[in-house]
Amino acid sequence: MSRILKCHQGIGNKVEGIVLCANDNFSARYDLDRINGIFSRPQHKLFGQTYKNKILVLNESKGGVASAWMLYEMKIRDVVPKAILFNRANTILAQGATLADLPMCDRFEDGDITSLLSTGDKVIVDPVTGKVEII
Amino acid sequence: MFLNDEEKSMLNGELGESKKWAIEHQIKVGNFFSAKDFISVSQAHMMVDPESIGEAGVIFLENLVEMGACVSVPTITDPRGVDLNYYKPLGQTENMANIDRRTIKACTSMGILMTNTCVNYQTIMPPVLGDHVAYGDTGVVIYSNSVCGARTNFEGGPSALAAGFTGRTPRYGLHLDKNRLPTKRFNLKYQPKDLTDWGILGAIVGKQSGSYWEVPIIEGLEVIPNSDEMKHLGAAMASYGSTPLFHLDKITPEAKNIKLDEFDYIDIKTIEKSDFDTLKSSFGQKGDKVDVVVFAAPQLSIVEMQRVADLCDKNTFKVPVIVCTSPQVYADALRMGFIKKIESSGAKVLEGTCFYNQYAREIGEANGWKRLLSNSTKIVNILGGYGYEPLLANMETCINSAVTGELI
Repeated sequence: MSRILKCHQGIGNKVEGIVLCANDNFSARYDLDRINGIFSRPQHKLFGQTYKNKILVLNESKGGVASAWMLYEMKIRDVVPKAILFNRANTILAQGATLADLPMCDRFEDGDITSLLSTGDKVIVDPVTGKVEII
Repeated sequence: MFLNDEEKSMLNGELGESKKWAIEHQIKVGNFFSAKDFISVSQAHMMVDPESIGEAGVIFLENLVEMGACVSVPTITDPRGVDLNYYKPLGQTENMANIDRRTIKACTSMGILMTNTCVNYQTIMPPVLGDHVAYGDTGVVIYSNSVCGARTNFEGGPSALAAGFTGRTPRYGLHLDKNRLPTKRFNLKYQPKDLTDWGILGAIVGKQSGSYWEVPIIEGLEVIPNSDEMKHLGAAMASYGSTPLFHLDKITPEAKNIKLDEFDYIDIKTIEKSDFDTLKSSFGQKGDKVDVVVFAAPQLSIVEMQRVADLCDKNTFKVPVIVCTSPQVYADALRMGFIKKIESSGAKVLEGTCFYNQYAREIGEANGWKRLLSNSTKIVNILGGYGYEPLLANMETCINSAVTGELI
C-alpha cells in the first residue's frame, strides 16, 4: 500500500527512485567525493555510500556557496542523485537545483522526512504538486 | 510572483536572452521560497572558482557571452582556484589553469569585475546599513548581514550572476525583516583571545544554530571585535552552521534595536572556556606531525599580512607555509615589503585564491599533504572532507610549528 507525504512546492520534475537516507546535513563541497560519487567526509553518517541515481534524503543543507555550481557540474557528468529531499533546504541548494534542473523538495507536513523514509524505500517524487509517494 | 513591466519584458525576452534566462532562474528560486516580488540590489558578488564550476560551468558562462550577456549592476568575484603566476609548483594542472583562464575571459566579457576576493567588505565597497545586495561566499554574506547591516541571502554563483544581469533578486529570506530577528540566544562566559578563538566561537554558535533559518544573538561580550575578528567569527559560524546572520548584543547595528526581554521565551545557552577547549581538541594534539601550514579562509587582510610577515621574519621552515590574500591586499603587502619578508623565510603568498577552493584534494595528494595546520577554524572544518587531517592553532603557534615540523 502506498503512502503520500506532502511538502512545499519544489524544484524540477517528477522522478522515481530508491532512497538513501540519514539524519545528517549536506554540502556538496564539504561532504562529497564528487568525481566518484561517494560521501567522503568521515564524520558524515553516509560516509562511503554511493549517491549516484539515489533519492537522497537528509536533514538540512549547510555551508558552501559552491554547491550551487557543483550540482550543475555533477548533473552534466551524470554522477548526481536523482533527487534530494530535505527537511529544510538552504538557499544555495535550491538555487543549484534550479540551475541543474534537479528535483528537490523540503518542508514536509508530516514531520521529519529523515525518519518518515528509510534507505531502500522506493518513492516517486513530484516537486510540482509537492508530493512524495512511498510505493 | 508579482512582476513589474520591466520584469515582464525580461521574461518575454524583449531585453535579451541572458536576462530571460536570469529572471526565469530567479522566479523558480523565488517560488520555492514563496517570494512575493523582486527587490533591487546595488551589487552582486559571485563565486565562480574553477573547481566548483568545472568544464560544464565554463561552457555555461561562454554560452552566456555568446548571447551578448552583460551585468547591469556592479558584479564582483570570489577567490579564484588558481594563482596563474604559481600553480605548477602546487601540483595544479594546465587543465585547471585553462578552466580558470576561460572563466576569467568569459566573466570579463560580461562586465564582471575580477576582484577575486572573499574580503570585499574590507577592500572593495562594503555594503551599508539596509543595503540590499546579492552576495555569494558564506563569509561575505554573514559579515555583510551582521556587521554592515546589509540584506542578502547566500547567493550561489548562478543566482548571483542572475542578479548581476537583472539588477534584482527575489525578496525572500534575509531580505525580509521578520527573518532577521533572534531565534537562538548564547551567553558568553569566556572572552576570545585571538583570531582562532573568534573562529572557535563562530564554530560553537554555528554548530548549535545548525540551520540557515536560525539567527543567533550572542550576549556577554566585553569587547567590540575588530573587522578581522568579526571576519573569523562569521566565516566559521557560516561554515559550521550554514548561518547567514548573527547579532552581537549592543554591538552590531541591528542588535541595537533588539529588545532582549521580547525574546525571553528563547533558552539561553552558556558558552564556557571548556567549550572552546573541546572544539579545539578535535583538531590535533601537541606533538602531531605537520605537513603544511596554511593561512587562508578568509583571505588575509593587510593587518594579518603584517602580523604573518613579522612572525616569519628570520625563520626557516621545515614544512611548506602558504598564505592566501586578495589581489588588493597583495599589492599593498608587496609595496610595504611584507611579501618579501614572508617569502624570504620560504613561505609562499598566493594572490587572489583561497586554499580550500583551489583543488585542495588534488594538491594535497600531489604534495603528500595530509596534516594541514591552520589558524582558520573555517578551513579545518572544510578540509576534513577533502582527505586531510586538519590541525588548529593560533597564528603564532602555526608559525612556530612550521619551524619544527610538529604541532607545538
